[in-house]
Amino acid sequence: MKRLITPLTGADVEDLRVGDRLLLSGKVYTARDAAHKRLVDLIEQNKPLPIDLEGQVIYYVGPAPARPQAVIGPAGPTTSYRMDPYTPPLLALGLKCMIGKGPRSPEVLAALKEHRAVYCAAVGGAAALLAKHIKQARVIAYPDLGTEALRELVVEDFPVIVVNDCHGGDLYEEGAARYRRTGSTD
Amino acid sequence: MRQISCAEIVRTVSSLCLKANSELGPDVMCALEGALAQEESPVGRDILRQILDNHRLAAEEGIPMCQDTGMAVVFLELGQDVHIVGGDLTEAINEGVRQGYTEGYLRKSVVADPLRRVNTDDNTPAVIHIQVVPGNRLKITVAPKGGGSENMSALAMLPPAAGEEGLRRFVLEQVERAGPNPCPPVVVGVGLGGNFEKVAYLAKKALLRPLGEEHPDPFYARLERELLTEINDLGIGPQGLGGRITALAVHIEVYPCHITGMPVAVNMNCHAARHQTAVL
Repeated sequence: MKRLITPLTGADVEDLRVGDRLLLSGKVYTARDAAHKRLVDLIEQNKPLPIDLEGQVIYYVGPAPARPQAVIGPAGPTTSYRMDPYTPPLLALGLKCMIGKGPRSPEVLAALKEHRAVYCAAVGGAAALLAKHIKQARVIAYPDLGTEALRELVVEDFPVIVVNDCHGGDLYEEGAARYRRTGSTD
Repeated sequence: MRQISCAEIVRTVSSLCLKANSELGPDVMCALEGALAQEESPVGRDILRQILDNHRLAAEEGIPMCQDTGMAVVFLELGQDVHIVGGDLTEAINEGVRQGYTEGYLRKSVVADPLRRVNTDDNTPAVIHIQVVPGNRLKITVAPKGGGSENMSALAMLPPAAGEEGLRRFVLEQVERAGPNPCPPVVVGVGLGGNFEKVAYLAKKALLRPLGEEHPDPFYARLERELLTEINDLGIGPQGLGGRITALAVHIEVYPCHITGMPVAVNMNCHAARHQTAVL
């Protein structure tokens, strides 16, 4: 188990390998489909983004509503492929890590290698547990998007697993191949 | 004729929405414990421990186990000797969902229109299935269904010649195609027979059967066991990161069908195999 503090440095990322179990602490931003579309629209119009992405982490999550006195509601990862079309331009601006669940497109995997970044999985459906690792949460852009607003979280020992490292490793491929006992159904 | 009031139905549906989102049945927890005992992958075991911790925490604190608190699927077994009074049954169910999701801080995940996509802000309407049965009771089951697993479901109108091998192949293809997306370990609901709309309903209904309970027909019980082994041999594993346990169970529900066809449907459920029932 490795502990890492965000924002991540180039050296942090180079050291990571698929299958590494990480505990992340520090600032993490949340964004899903609608917020991604807005960020990429701004990039295409050469306008400034509401956040500086250099070294940062984006967590794909749409939390459930927070109860009174709670920092945030249950907050597990959503399926990542929906963000694939928007991801390479964010990586080009220095984004170093994304947290979600499920495989990414070949374009995203190529961009991870090119821009030296990683993709991590959090456990889907472990939302109550993951929310306990979120110590602060505030909406910093797009409040009209509700659960999909862009939030800044402060996390402590947030557990993730490296699925795609910057060296081309892919745990979805390698993990399933290691435990497979049959031929493909294709 | 026994009377049941809409007010009671509203209260019951509302409390079932809350309970289903925070408490899994002992059958599911038991299956997850069994998965942890069998899993060989260290990453897979770590994931299963997190899942078990999460589900216990949610039940203890009465909070949702997953931020995707789903679209509410409501199954009613309505006794034919029951008279529903004091309002509209469908509206009572939706009012129960509205109250449960709003007062229980559950996520509102329903849009009013599939193309224009404006959130209804109260998680209504529910998807409602009503079956009229003998008797004077009303059995209500609420099964909140998340998007990640629902999106990985599929239906095919296979020819009769496809046979058992065709069924097997279709189910395995869907699990493999779904990979990590439906949050494995999954429960695989399989509908077989009926017609186009019936087979999808059967696949959904198969998800309600308690884990550990086999099909009453030994022929299908065997098929369920064999399919489970074949699915777990795919190696997809917990969260798709590789391992022995990809599915906790395969449930097949069957109905007679037309001589020309063999409809088959696969409805995936994530490890948060949520449903709660009350009888009025």
